[in-house]
Amino acid sequence: MNDQTLTPEERAANLKGMGSSRKRVEDVRFTQGKGNYVDDIKLDGMLFGDFVRSPYAHARVVSVNKEAALALPGVIAVLTAEDLSPLGLHWMPTLAGDKQMVLADGKVLFQGQEVAFVVAEDRYIAADAAELVEVEYEELPVLTDPFEALKSDVVLREDLEGQTEGAHGPRKHHNHIFTWEQGDKDATEAILAEADVVAEEMVYYHRTHPCPLETCGSVASMDKVTGKLTLYGTFQAPHAIRTVVSLISGIAEHNIRVISPDIGGGFGNKVGAYAGYVCSVVASIVTGKPVKWVEDRMENLMSTAFARDYWMQGKIAATKDGKITGLWCHTTADHGGFDACADPTKFPAGFMNICTGSYDIPTAYLAVDGVYTNKAPGGVAYRCSFRVTEAAYFIERMIEVLAIKLNMDAAELRRINFIKADQFPYQSALGWEYDSGDYHTAWDKALKAVDYEGLRAEQAQRVEEFKAGKTRKLLGIGLTHFTEIVGAGPVKNCDILGLGMFDSCEIRIHPTGSAIARLGTISQGQGHATTFAQIIASEIGLPADDITLEEGDTDTAPYGLGTYGSRSTPVAGAATAMAARKIRAKAQMIAAYLLEVHDDDVEWDVDRFAVKGAPERFKTMKEIAFAAYNQAIPGLEPGLEAVSYYDPPNMTYPFGAYICVMEIDVDTGEWDVRKFYALDDCGTRINPMIIDGQVHGGVTEALAIAMGQEIAYDEMGNVKTGTLMDFFLPTAWETPNYITDYTVTPSPHHPIGAKGVGESPNVGGVPCFSNAVHDAFRPFGLVQSHMPHDHWRIWKIANGLGMHG
Amino acid sequence: MIPAGFEYHRPGDIASAIGILEEHGDEARVIAGGHSLIPMMKLRMAEMGHLVDLQAIEELKGIEVGSDTVTLGAMVTQHELITHDGLAAAIPLIREAALQIADPQVRYVGTVGGNVANGDPGNDMPGLMQCLNATFDLSGPDGNRSVAAREFYEAAYFTAREDEEILTRISIPVPGAGVGQAYEKQKRKIGDYATAAAAVMVGNGTASVAMTNLADTPVWSESASAALADGDVNGCVAAMLDAIEPVADNRGPVEFKKHVAGVMLRRAIDRAQNRAG
Ligand SMILES: Cc1cc2nc3c(=O)[nH]c(=O)nc-3n(C[C@H](O)[C@H](O)[C@H](O)COP(=O)(O)OP(=O)(O)OC[C@H]3O[C@@H](n4cnc5c(N)ncnc54)[C@H](O)[C@@H]3O)c2cc1C
Repeated sequence: MNDQTLTPEERAANLKGMGSSRKRVEDVRFTQGKGNYVDDIKLDGMLFGDFVRSPYAHARVVSVNKEAALALPGVIAVLTAEDLSPLGLHWMPTLAGDKQMVLADGKVLFQGQEVAFVVAEDRYIAADAAELVEVEYEELPVLTDPFEALKSDVVLREDLEGQTEGAHGPRKHHNHIFTWEQGDKDATEAILAEADVVAEEMVYYHRTHPCPLETCGSVASMDKVTGKLTLYGTFQAPHAIRTVVSLISGIAEHNIRVISPDIGGGFGNKVGAYAGYVCSVVASIVTGKPVKWVEDRMENLMSTAFARDYWMQGKIAATKDGKITGLWCHTTADHGGFDACADPTKFPAGFMNICTGSYDIPTAYLAVDGVYTNKAPGGVAYRCSFRVTEAAYFIERMIEVLAIKLNMDAAELRRINFIKADQFPYQSALGWEYDSGDYHTAWDKALKAVDYEGLRAEQAQRVEEFKAGKTRKLLGIGLTHFTEIVGAGPVKNCDILGLGMFDSCEIRIHPTGSAIARLGTISQGQGHATTFAQIIASEIGLPADDITLEEGDTDTAPYGLGTYGSRSTPVAGAATAMAARKIRAKAQMIAAYLLEVHDDDVEWDVDRFAVKGAPERFKTMKEIAFAAYNQAIPGLEPGLEAVSYYDPPNMTYPFGAYICVMEIDVDTGEWDVRKFYALDDCGTRINPMIIDGQVHGGVTEALAIAMGQEIAYDEMGNVKTGTLMDFFLPTAWETPNYITDYTVTPSPHHPIGAKGVGESPNVGGVPCFSNAVHDAFRPFGLVQSHMPHDHWRIWKIANGLGMHG
Repeated sequence: MIPAGFEYHRPGDIASAIGILEEHGDEARVIAGGHSLIPMMKLRMAEMGHLVDLQAIEELKGIEVGSDTVTLGAMVTQHELITHDGLAAAIPLIREAALQIADPQVRYVGTVGGNVANGDPGNDMPGLMQCLNATFDLSGPDGNRSVAAREFYEAAYFTAREDEEILTRISIPVPGAGVGQAYEKQKRKIGDYATAAAAVMVGNGTASVAMTNLADTPVWSESASAALADGDVNGCVAAMLDAIEPVADNRGPVEFKKHVAGVMLRRAIDRAQNRAG
């Protein structure tokens, strides 16, 4: 290492630090089938749990007869709400300030709700026994429509009867949860009243589901001798789970060890707490044996956290030449039977107030009403920061609707309304301070890259050909410019269950110059072990390959709020850089001592401290690390490690410009994505290859959501899309080729300028695909049609426009 | 998604398989590729005490291509249908249709016999076999018999096959030279059953037209076939649209399915006519 023959650039390249497309270190085990997921955990004497679930969406539970199940050999226990209530565990708090039944307490509120938990010696006996539990139900009227629910006499949540005050203010009706208002109502309405042009539309973002490949599960192991509970599970926030388990079970927090092993995708689905987790813990306490619970695909789709289901009524005002003057939005939010949204406490509709998007809209108003219905609870941020994809979809549709009203090109309408680069930091009308951005540059680059003008000319020609009967295919050009708000968040206004949303990193340098870093986050496929090591490599000059990264074990990792909402890089990534800088600061003192100069007389040079003006006199980080452990340095403690808890001063605001070119067959409703261009600006780019991978995955999920994926219910509250035959998960076949691109506008307040990227492609992708569908039919008079745009719904648009003769 | 318990049998010949079926009656079911049956068992929509695996029975395997007739062993996989060049030369329609079934993983194990015996209106092979006028050979306790594919399907999951019979072979007349063939299928994604699918043969003054997943059985229409044989495409489509009885599901309402059925049929006819000599 004392080698002076390498240039600084070569030494930097050897570190594989920030900017390097370092291969993912995780993939060695994943591609060889050597991952260790919850269902891979096998403990001695382990028992298995399975649920009896309600076939009804709304019913009273008259009785539960366990006898036949208990008589089956190998069945250890059958738990019901009655068994949990002495422990106070038949209900649990939700992240949204509501409470939720763990096991049906007298009634069920959605199909698939947990009624009893069967514990048996093996997984098959548990499933057989679940069939033998006899539950008598008395059906109640079902409410699946939130607008109906707000009018109905049927009381869904009898436990809340008479409570006019909810966790987020007054409740207007027995099926109403909260009203959340942001912005200036009067001023916005005044602008709407006087505007040259007002476009109004209902924009529905349908209910869907994150559907990670690995479903949710847990293994609880209560050691009666030590009194210690170990809980393995599919947790996106292991520390928060530890605290929650301690608070609701009464087990002291130091006696609980939560471990998130490898996680096979989360996408928001694994943020909340589920009945299965609680039941596996109770069953382990009761039986004294480890208890595993792993749900199947249908259970995952029908009972764990859904996403979206927002009815967004919008009005957008503009001058006749297209300058937007005001935005109004009223959202009716269908939360299902319990309010189990995973949002920071003060934000019951998440960051929906980012719905002014990328545009300089001086006046705006947003109100959200949360409503109970007979559907599964959830409302999680499926590959987006809290309700950000709903907000982006809303504004990007409203822009298109306004463009139609103004008879203007939608790209141009966006351009004239973008927040300008010199307006940052920008105060939005709905209360956010956008950190940085350069939307015009990104937009122009994107339009040029796809030859936007050429596409419009081709589209015009296609319309002529269609009208002349020469083709049955239309061409749609989908545009989106999105701005996200991620990296929750500043402790002053962001907490979950009272826990501030900081995050953490602890780094220990070993004597031989390698290191281990532990974080409060947990990777679910994002590649943390790869990228966070790169941050450290660049900050302290040790090769990323020599840095181990660990997450997910609450006994060893520092406290953090976990991974969702693109918060890992903005928050834990910042903590990582800050901890590394503490180490570098101490290393500087050690280097100065070794070089026998004053601390200020050495300077950092990629992987070493060198004497200023004498670069041949230096100590590499590796040498410094050894010295930290073998030299008695006056005034310095031995060792080389640091921990940082990072409370971000602001959110970060990644943005991007996406363009989709889609062919649509008007006779069958079939579609084909001919081109998809995604330009992302996520600030400083840590690993371009991983960014590309995140964009590919996120756009693919966006494609799924926009083009077919949904959780649909019939009027009886039956889930109609409970298997992957009907719930659309694209395969390689349906997935188009993506063109990725970027601009770099660093975050000014983040230590390395990074903003986060994992969710951008979903936030930008959904409106982009949807806009492409709408755009194809725009020349024929379509204004708005709801997602998902599956074949028959596209066909219905064509049919409604008289295209089928 | 955890099936109930069952006994597993793996007989080595047809006679022993029938013996096991006879012994256990309704309690027993044969399993071929398992790609329709196992999902049903996991959903606990099919429960049986005895599962009789046909994998070890050599008599049920093999593709024979003769000059007039092709015979397919019931246990021939969909993958084999695709990769057999002689078969593709004799009846190209089979490869074209098989390629539109499920995905490669399913096709490696899913069999032609299972696909036609299953009786699920979503399966593609039954309509195809009706179009091709295939015959199914059945063996049971009372001996062997043959049933025409066009006579085989009674209702969803109900066929002319008795519980204790095994479908052993499928015989298909080789369409004469000059007969154009096409299979057209609309589906929501790879691995999906048809929203509507059409199998068409036309040429030499003959025609045969069948459709899939548009009624509780496959629909082969004599009048649609006759109209097409006469070159009356509109008449063919009208007759077929009259014969189908689609039901609404997640793929869409009846009105949509009828429309798409017409589109698929026209496209298949168009392609088949272009391929006809
Ligand atoms: C994801 C997925 C997608 C699919 N998509 C399609 C599709 O697009 N089109 C399509 O046609 N199919 C599709 N299938 C079904 C697939 O083709 C099955 O393989 C096929 O339907 C059944 O064949 P099998 O050999 O797997 O039969 P099995 O599942 O083993 O058996 C099916 C039924 O037939 C009976 N049976 C099987 N063999 C015989 C025999 N020789 N004699 C008497 N009875 C018998 C069994 O008892 C059982 O009732 C799909 C399956 C999956 C899992």
